[in-house]
Amino acid sequence: MIRLENINKTYFGAQPLHVLKGIDLHIGEGEMVSIMGASGSGKSTLLNILGILDNYDSGDYRLNGKLVKNLTENQAADMRNQLIGFIFQSFNLIPFKTAMENVALPLYYQNVGRKKRNQLALEYLERFGLKEWADHYPNQLSGGQKQRVSMARALVTQPKIILADEPTGALDSKTSAEVMQILREVHQTGITMVIVTHERGIALRTDKIIHLKDGIIENIETNDPDSIDFSKEIK
Amino acid sequence: MFDFDGIHEIWQTITRNKTRSLLTAFGVFWGIFLLVVLSSTGNGFEKGLMMQVEGVTPNTAFFFTGETSEPYKGYQKGRSWSMQLADLEAIKETFPCVKAISPEASVWSSEDKNVIYGSRSASFSVKGVMPEYNEIEKSKIIRGRFINDTDISANRKVCLLGKKVYETMFERGEDPLSKMVKVNGIYFQVVGVIRSYTENVNINGSIDESVILPYTTMQQVYALGDKIRFFAMAADDDTPIPDIEEDIKQLIKQRHDIAPTDNEAIEAFNLTEMFKAFKGLFFGIHVLIWIVGLGTLMSGIIGVSNIMLVTVKERTREIGVRRAIGAKPKDIIGQVLSESLLLTTLAGLVGLCIGVGIMAIVGMITSNMPSDNMMFQDPYMSFKAAVWATIIVIFSGLLAGVLPAWRAIQIKAIDAIREE
Repeated sequence: MIRLENINKTYFGAQPLHVLKGIDLHIGEGEMVSIMGASGSGKSTLLNILGILDNYDSGDYRLNGKLVKNLTENQAADMRNQLIGFIFQSFNLIPFKTAMENVALPLYYQNVGRKKRNQLALEYLERFGLKEWADHYPNQLSGGQKQRVSMARALVTQPKIILADEPTGALDSKTSAEVMQILREVHQTGITMVIVTHERGIALRTDKIIHLKDGIIENIETNDPDSIDFSKEIK
Repeated sequence: MFDFDGIHEIWQTITRNKTRSLLTAFGVFWGIFLLVVLSSTGNGFEKGLMMQVEGVTPNTAFFFTGETSEPYKGYQKGRSWSMQLADLEAIKETFPCVKAISPEASVWSSEDKNVIYGSRSASFSVKGVMPEYNEIEKSKIIRGRFINDTDISANRKVCLLGKKVYETMFERGEDPLSKMVKVNGIYFQVVGVIRSYTENVNINGSIDESVILPYTTMQQVYALGDKIRFFAMAADDDTPIPDIEEDIKQLIKQRHDIAPTDNEAIEAFNLTEMFKAFKGLFFGIHVLIWIVGLGTLMSGIIGVSNIMLVTVKERTREIGVRRAIGAKPKDIIGQVLSESLLLTTLAGLVGLCIGVGIMAIVGMITSNMPSDNMMFQDPYMSFKAAVWATIIVIFSGLLAGVLPAWRAIQIKAIDAIREE
């Protein structure tokens, strides 16, 4: 599903910063992986490249068999819209839109009709137990609810991949566990999932943990979440 | 971009900050409102003034004789001379563009109470003209007819009464036709009553306060002989009088042995220059109005543009999120442009409607004020100007959105969602 070959990325600022120094990575269809690393290790940059939000200097990135290189803004927008669902740390819901309208927004950019859009959005909200909250605005929702709305938004277009950037970063541990449980359930429907986190407890709920350090992959740890008892606090 | 969904999307963002949107829209509203009100007022004054000069043919000139100021062909300077009817015939023959020409002789009331009818008497001036005169200085025939060719050829003792003359000499409603009125000691039969279209423009005395005689009758009765000291003429619209005025003067000078360079022997004034001055004045007023109106509108547009820039800046994160979930640059441009377009168009149309509405009320009030001398009539904007105003509003709405839209597409999804 995702194939990276020798990806390099340098930020040219006052001091050129070589962030990614040759990343080779393969994530198969239906895998649930996490990317861990200290701040500055390049994990967010990697996620941005995976999400076609940022470009890379050299190497090849194939997404769903298609080479992602030198895309126009429109091509990139189409690929993001059709293949990728984003989940952000700070939810990034649009404050003047209701939960339902937020979920329906990606469909608007697919030119789905208003009625169909809202109906689909309601279905996804129901799936995350938020049907009653469909007409609420983001500031009327709790952190966990907001993250569930944003998950509904990420999934409503039926993407192949979910990219989550610190999805639990703004949540308490109990809510984090709930969110991870939902992500796990979503993953079981066959969606490829990449989660960037710096919490080991979160990473342990994925099948593969990619450790990033100073722009290179340090090691890839295979993990079996089913063997871990999450009722205990993990630090 | 203009489907219902799009409008809903835009409306949602505009109404999000109602106060700010209202204040922004007010600038555009005020610009258009001012443009409508000023332009309508300008039209009102123009119409009012034009009504005052209605009946006066603009392409008209008046010629009158004076003493010669240069010796020529053996004549001394300071010679007193006059024209003849044959001169006028010659002018008509030489200049086919002259459509009406008439001598005019005037006798101001030399004695007290020169006009007598029954027991009433009063003082009025007496004028003698040709039938064509009515094509030069048009007057309204209230009763009877104007002087005709038979009156001229038969030297009939008939007269026309100006409106004031009729009102003074006759009972209200009394039929004056065929009555005999004594003017300077001689009886004339009344054939008509006329009034001038306007009271403010008079040539050689007000028609309303004159008794009009056939020119030939006047010549005979007052023993004027074939001596013309004053004549009026009108040319067709394709030939501006100033173009032929000098040629006419030269023709007359040549026929009377007057030096071609003599500027005092015959003089003329024409209404074309006056009308030109009017036209120029109103053109200037209209230009000024549009400059002021468009200037105000422009500051409104800049206000919209400015606020949209702020809005785009504020919505960096939102725009970034939209980009991340699949909005294309054209979606973002479309949204920003549509927002400014909708805001300015709505504000502009409201301004247009309120302006037109207010001027309609003003127009109704002024038209109900009974006055012959109204200098203000029908203060309405022309339909063409209204269409132009609408086009300008729509166009400027788009223009106002260009810079903010350009700023908006500079926002990269990654910049917007990056954690601070």
